[in-house]
Amino acid sequence: MELNEQDRRLIAEIQGGLPLVPDPFEAVGHAVGMSEDEVIQRLQELLDAGIIKRLGVVVRHHELGYQANAMTVWNVPDDQVDAIARRMAATGLVSLCYRRPRRPGWPYNLFCMIHGKTRDEALNKIDTLWYMCGLKDIPYEVLFSTRRFKQRGARYVMARA
Amino acid sequence: MDSQDRAIINALQGGFPICDRPYARVAEGLGLSEDELIRRLEALLEAGTLSRFGPMYHAERMGGSLILTAMQVPSEDFERVAEQVNAMPEIAHNYEREHDLNMWFVVATGTPEEAEATLARIEAETGYPVYPMPKLKEYYVGLRLEA
Repeated sequence: MELNEQDRRLIAEIQGGLPLVPDPFEAVGHAVGMSEDEVIQRLQELLDAGIIKRLGVVVRHHELGYQANAMTVWNVPDDQVDAIARRMAATGLVSLCYRRPRRPGWPYNLFCMIHGKTRDEALNKIDTLWYMCGLKDIPYEVLFSTRRFKQRGARYVMARA
Repeated sequence: MDSQDRAIINALQGGFPICDRPYARVAEGLGLSEDELIRRLEALLEAGTLSRFGPMYHAERMGGSLILTAMQVPSEDFERVAEQVNAMPEIAHNYEREHDLNMWFVVATGTPEEAEATLARIEAETGYPVYPMPKLKEYYVGLRLEA
């Protein structure tokens, strides 16, 4: 799907958030020169095309009581990454799961984010993952976060918006 | 945060309708008035329980770039480097983690070129190398936490 100038204006207009008014899409349309119907139709198309993954809220996990944020990294043989990652994703224990490149001194190629209300809860989830997904020969490390400096939604400064 | 706030958060982590009067529609399902829902969302954003309410974009499909990047920063220099990195608008979030690679942040930009430039600027300003770890494949993005 090709993005046109109007799409870019629309994307830029709502990237900071949807207006908290009864007719948010009308308000957005007003700002970018589209009708409410046009905004609704185009946003649905952007959603269907996967350019917008979803609309909704993004929580700050810490504020919700999820104090333990464990980036868990695994060194999975290349030919097993897809199978293992799909098993991990299916457990419902991981919040995010990505394949990333190895680096010199950094052998890990599969990254999972695991949240818990406590470190023990997060570690228990990792143990469960380990059993459920047959990971006993897979080297891994758990990187707990100790401080969060910044957490906001990504903003894409659209060049021509 | 009370049980109604929790219900709002749990419902809206799953999506938001694209239609006229969308708040009214969500509110009805939660047994709230439209006004009440809007007021509570405002308060949750204000309090920082929600970092945002709106679209989550697929960066790459928009031509943009989202790169997880790690750095190894000596503890005596950590605060300075954190300040420099956090000050850049391209940084979406940044965490200190327990590892030799102790700083992990995400660079979010409108184009891959801007991401390259940002990474180069971080190296130049901080004096330490960056280790970009762009995603090669996405298996799961279901960051939904029960409130």
